[in-house]
Amino acid sequence: MISEQVARKTSLWELLRRRPGLQALVLLLPSLFWLIVFFAFPLLIVLVYSFLRRGPYGQIVWDFNLENYGRFLDPLYLKIFLRSFKIATLTTVFCFLFGYPMAYWMATRPRRWRNALLLLLMIPFWTNFLVRTYAWILILRDTGLINNVLMSVGLIRQPLPLFGNDFAIIVGLVYGWFPDMVLPCYAAIERLDFSLVEAAQDLYANELRAFARIIFPLSLPGVIAGSILVFIPSLGAYVTPDLLGGAKSVMIGNIIQNQFLTVRDYPFGSAISFALMTLMLIAALVYFRVGGRTL
Amino acid sequence: MSARAAGAPSLQGVARCGSRLGRIMRLMFTANGLMSYLFLYAPILVLVIFSFNASRFVTDWAGFSLRWYAKLFDDAAMMAALKNSLIVAFASTLVSTLFGTMTALAMERYEFFGKLGLDALLYLPIIIPEISMAVMLLLFFILARIPLGITTIIISHIAFNISFVTVVVRARLAGMDRQLEEAAQDLYANELKTFWRVTLPLMMPGILAGALMAFTLSLDDFVITFFTAGVGSTTLPLRIYSMVKLGITPEINAVSTVLIAASMTLVLFSLLLQRERRTEKVRNI
Amino acid sequence: MGESIAVEVRSVTKRFPGPGSRPGSEVVAVDNVTLQILDGEFFSLLGPSGCGKTTTLRMIAGFEHPTSGEIYIHGKPMGLTPPYQRNTNMVFQNYALFPHMTVARNVAFGLEMRKVPKEEIERRVQEALAMVRLDGFGSRRPNQLSGGQQQRIALARALVNRPEVLLLDEPLGALDLKLRKEMQLELKTLQREVGITFIYVTHDQEEALTMSDRIAVMHQGRILQVGTPTEIYERPSCRFVADFIGETNFLEGTVQEQEESRVTVLVDGLLPVIAETDHRLPRGARVSVAVRPEKIRLVPEPVPGEHNTFEGRVEQVVYVGTATLFRVRLSPNVSLAIREQNIISTPDSRAYSWGVGGQVHVAWLYDAGRVLTD
Repeated sequence: MISEQVARKTSLWELLRRRPGLQALVLLLPSLFWLIVFFAFPLLIVLVYSFLRRGPYGQIVWDFNLENYGRFLDPLYLKIFLRSFKIATLTTVFCFLFGYPMAYWMATRPRRWRNALLLLLMIPFWTNFLVRTYAWILILRDTGLINNVLMSVGLIRQPLPLFGNDFAIIVGLVYGWFPDMVLPCYAAIERLDFSLVEAAQDLYANELRAFARIIFPLSLPGVIAGSILVFIPSLGAYVTPDLLGGAKSVMIGNIIQNQFLTVRDYPFGSAISFALMTLMLIAALVYFRVGGRTL
Repeated sequence: MSARAAGAPSLQGVARCGSRLGRIMRLMFTANGLMSYLFLYAPILVLVIFSFNASRFVTDWAGFSLRWYAKLFDDAAMMAALKNSLIVAFASTLVSTLFGTMTALAMERYEFFGKLGLDALLYLPIIIPEISMAVMLLLFFILARIPLGITTIIISHIAFNISFVTVVVRARLAGMDRQLEEAAQDLYANELKTFWRVTLPLMMPGILAGALMAFTLSLDDFVITFFTAGVGSTTLPLRIYSMVKLGITPEINAVSTVLIAASMTLVLFSLLLQRERRTEKVRNI
Repeated sequence: MGESIAVEVRSVTKRFPGPGSRPGSEVVAVDNVTLQILDGEFFSLLGPSGCGKTTTLRMIAGFEHPTSGEIYIHGKPMGLTPPYQRNTNMVFQNYALFPHMTVARNVAFGLEMRKVPKEEIERRVQEALAMVRLDGFGSRRPNQLSGGQQQRIALARALVNRPEVLLLDEPLGALDLKLRKEMQLELKTLQREVGITFIYVTHDQEEALTMSDRIAVMHQGRILQVGTPTEIYERPSCRFVADFIGETNFLEGTVQEQEESRVTVLVDGLLPVIAETDHRLPRGARVSVAVRPEKIRLVPEPVPGEHNTFEGRVEQVVYVGTATLFRVRLSPNVSLAIREQNIISTPDSRAYSWGVGGQVHVAWLYDAGRVLTD
């Protein structure tokens, strides 16, 4: 029966109609082509390059080795890696310290307020990241808003060192990724059954203990998801340290840029970049495991 | 009996504000919430306010003025950057929306070998750090001897936008009632007519939301553009960056404010689209 | 009712790939089903969820294709004919009204697809809306209508095409009880007026009994019994049918003797119960006798002639408004559920005189009991 009908109508359309596999292929072909040529293939190049060596004149030496990865232990770079981890960790901690109570506060507002509060949280997030980072230069630099005000009031004589250091980077990163912490925490807290708190209070727990023993443990998946969402981009930050950190405070992202645009040591840059990507992928897998998908 | 001791709250008091500890905690939560909003909005407000500053010095207020906006529109380099930004955004949005929508259809409506792997490939551009994606594209363009310029920017933007569009359109498709398409076929519409008359119109809000997202991401992108741009293909964020690096001027405030206004408009527009779709869903239940 | 066959399902089996993707793990949704549905009939497929009734309907509509067997519509084998080339129309469970089109566009959709002239579409859409008493609603959106109204639009959208067969997949399932009862009668009236064959899928036995000319009871992919509502209710062919439709007492026992259609079954080794059968039953066969609770009467003394009558003790009395439900124990292993209509409303009515613990007699006519062999 099937072969009869196919024989009757062999137009391209009829062929497509009868072959769902072919339909899927046609739909996928453009994206597949694009992602393979302009994403997967470049990814592979970076991987291969990370095992090669830069020759004395900037050329590539085809000699497979792990030297680039070994160079991670060079004190010069090791210091920057450790600093990046420190900054990303501190950013995550501060985001949590302010973001979690924020999420709790939002989730305990009357229902009709909550969407408005969420929208209010998201609006700054949607503006250009570069612009948002730039705004902090206006506020933090030596002749910036804070120092200007403090000096004109006479509280200080010398400008406070707010800019061009780790502090400025952390402020910029916390500002950049704050909603990424608040949203998963909010989702986790909002889902909670608040009669559990009443039950705890009925069983003689005061407000603080009810919070520490009931709400916080139950919303922990949200905290983990939020922490990963903040840590990942903080570790790979490029714009923030570049604009706010000045020459002294550099992070991983800046070394990668440096290797590619200034030193032109592509193999070493590739190795750092690939290592960073691998870290992110692991974090992302943990995130999906914790149930980030549902948040 | 001890309840009558001095300072013990009355029953009404307990009902209204709980214990003192509870009251203090609530106060702290509220204070933290309000401070956080201040933290979020202060920099943007500072930027917007000082963009209307008449003074040449960025943070010394000298009265309201639109001079920096006027200067902006006289700045030929800035206008060229705006033009480049719009070209990149429109081109990458167009292509990535088409490709992403097709991919979403395939992922949501078909079973095929390697779907899981493709799913991972689609998520990767969203997950990996921008800087990594930027340098790998740069390396690729150098090795493939593709001259850096507006074309390479567009290629790169399409590469990350496909993923975002696919995710958004897939969400819409997943929430769609398959029975509607069966109903169309039952009412004598063949596969092609069913797609044009039922599937596509119902996907439209998702496609538009995806396109708006792609447009916003493309317009705002700095890192990947920075690495894949060549001479003469400066976009607005690149222009702002080089101005910031040269020295802070009020003109940067003005162009930043324009950019903020643009992204806000785009986002609010896409929110409206999504709201429509949510109420539609609620009503259908 | 014409006597020609509208839809014939001939030994149709449908297998789906099972949850595991291994080639062997398949689920048999429909298992060798054969049905003949007559022209102009209101035919119901009744069964619990997962019994294969919806799959059968979807195969008639053309959304699924039989793994083996064939479906004929007015004598034509359907094969792999897609839904849009079949002269059947479907009313979906959740109506599946197109949310992006007005009510009128929804109703016109099928006619437009078949390239009916514009003026005719206009006229027929108006007629269809009038038929479901929703004239004037044409310019609204489906989501501006109530559930009952949406249901009627779905009906109009299907009927406007004048299909040979109308397929309805639990169309009243989403409505509340009261509206459902109204719609049942309305549907039945409508079906008589238009004279189109209706194939109706439901898991609600009362709904099927109320509306259908004939019912097919399905279970685990098979047809257990096909018959009129009276046949299905009064003469169930097997235990599942007797149990699924209405409530039933099952009395287990062995066949003692048979005289024509009348069988004496010794229940629990001591109660000789006389009941009806269509089969020839060997002496000593294990059978059960099915008796509906409302067919049993509580009486003060044994009732003579054509009645099974036993003595028992009242264990439970539950007042449910229209009736009172009793549980009466006849022997240590045998008890009966009995339903007495509350004819008299005074508290000292007869029903209340049978208090818990009281000794009573029960009686039911010989032909109220059915002998089931499974």
